[in-house]
Amino acid sequence: MADLLFYVLGGVTLGTAALTVLSRNAVNSAMFFLLSLLATAGLFVLLDAYLLAVLLVLVYAGAVVALFLFIIMLLDMQGGVRPPFTRATIAAAVAATGLLTVGVLSFVKRAQLSAAPVSPDLPVVGATLKSYAAQLFTTYLLPVQVVGFLLLIAMLGVIVLSKRFEGLEDIK
Amino acid sequence: MDSSLYFDLPIWVRVTLQGVAVIAVLFPLAAACSMAERKISAWIQGRPGPNRTIPPFLRWIPVVAPVLQKLGLFQLAADGGKFVFKEDPIPGHVNKVYFVLAPILAMIPALTTIAVVPFGAYLDSAGRAVPLVLANVDVGILAVFAVGSLGVYSVILAGWASNSKYPFLGGVRASAQLISYELSMTLSVLPVFLWVNAPGGSGTLSLFDVVQSQSQPGFWGGMWYGVLMPISAFIFLVALFAETNRQPFDMPESEADLVGGFHTEYGAFKWSLFFVAEYCHMIVGSGVFVLLFLGGWHPLPWVSLEMVSGWLHIAGSPVLTGALATLLFLGKVVAFIFFFMWVRWTLPRFRYDQVMTLGWQKLLPLSIANLIAYALAIALIERA
Repeated sequence: MADLLFYVLGGVTLGTAALTVLSRNAVNSAMFFLLSLLATAGLFVLLDAYLLAVLLVLVYAGAVVALFLFIIMLLDMQGGVRPPFTRATIAAAVAATGLLTVGVLSFVKRAQLSAAPVSPDLPVVGATLKSYAAQLFTTYLLPVQVVGFLLLIAMLGVIVLSKRFEGLEDIK
Repeated sequence: MDSSLYFDLPIWVRVTLQGVAVIAVLFPLAAACSMAERKISAWIQGRPGPNRTIPPFLRWIPVVAPVLQKLGLFQLAADGGKFVFKEDPIPGHVNKVYFVLAPILAMIPALTTIAVVPFGAYLDSAGRAVPLVLANVDVGILAVFAVGSLGVYSVILAGWASNSKYPFLGGVRASAQLISYELSMTLSVLPVFLWVNAPGGSGTLSLFDVVQSQSQPGFWGGMWYGVLMPISAFIFLVALFAETNRQPFDMPESEADLVGGFHTEYGAFKWSLFFVAEYCHMIVGSGVFVLLFLGGWHPLPWVSLEMVSGWLHIAGSPVLTGALATLLFLGKVVAFIFFFMWVRWTLPRFRYDQVMTLGWQKLLPLSIANLIAYALAIALIERA
């Protein structure tokens, strides 16, 4: 049952992810992205990571895709005519795909996954709030801080770019 | 009573029966809400409201029929029949797939959230409270927020698929408004869970545990969180009005400037799905508010379900205590829905910029300050 569910959810995740990229209509893309996120949340549930599944639905499916749709509707994107790829774009795309493939392959081949002690009473990190929070505030404290700092920079960047500063008076 | 017949059934039959039973209560309740809305609106505005409709074959019953006619109960059946039987046109200029999908998407989150909301509890033979809920998940409140936040897509898609001006504006407004108020809503319940999760515990977000922690012995233990954390309750309440698109926050509909907002192009059964989904959202939202801040199924602050069932001598019976708890909970929810309708005819609708100012510049800083204040206070209390 769990195996079958894994294949179904994995298939839906990959299929809708591909359709997200391939759709011509921006709203269709956003909706396929939403489906892909929901299927990923289902995969998390299969891994007993209930908290991660719920957070994924709450933050990404619930808010981020809604914001995407808001922007799509606000700018009224109709798909329209796309200029044909230039040679430079094709070359860059091929190079990027090659690099990504090499990266993923080397990760899969050479990654040292230590055999974690698997015991039934040990909760999965993403399963309960307590185990997740404990990891977040001990093992992964530095990455969390770094990501938080990155988000702050992005937010400041958006404010600087979107607000027009006419003279020094506006900044003060 | 012989209940072994029921427990002999396979698990999936029992789960299905439970789900159907909950929906069989939720749906008529949502329908009754629509009737109550019309009658309460009429009462507040000093007019009689619907009081004429009656099927001819019931007219001869002496006392009962006129009373039901005055209450407008047959109007409910007439409206329901109209929604089902009237023509359901799809305008030519719409995106058909999303146009049909949107009302269905409105119902799904509304009916899914009810699965994780406990609606009562019974006392087993040892006197411990056991929740009455379809799925008692540990991530309780987060699951409600997560599934509830998917409701925005029905409004956005309805607005976009209708492919005309007013629905489009309604959809854009809805997406911005719902995301804005979700932030304050989530931040406002954090103090409650800080207080519930005392150090050393296993860490829980379950709504059942929140209710049980409002019925502990002692002055602080028996206090409802609505009293203990009034600012949290107020922010949650305002955000709840915004999330359920009720007046004064019904920007996506706003019939004064947007005709009908996102559902302008809809009619008949599809429109009624939006309508019922809105009431289901209201019922579930009221339920969550009652669980978080008004003590759930405990009758009064400092008076728990266990005490009352002891006074009534029903403590040994799971069925009677369960029924009492469910009735108390439903009573609070119904009272809260009356509050929703009361507010509708008390406050005028906000302008859109006022909605945004209130959400981002007033409620969000207030909820952050509230969270920090309670976090400090709880830390000090636990240090002492």
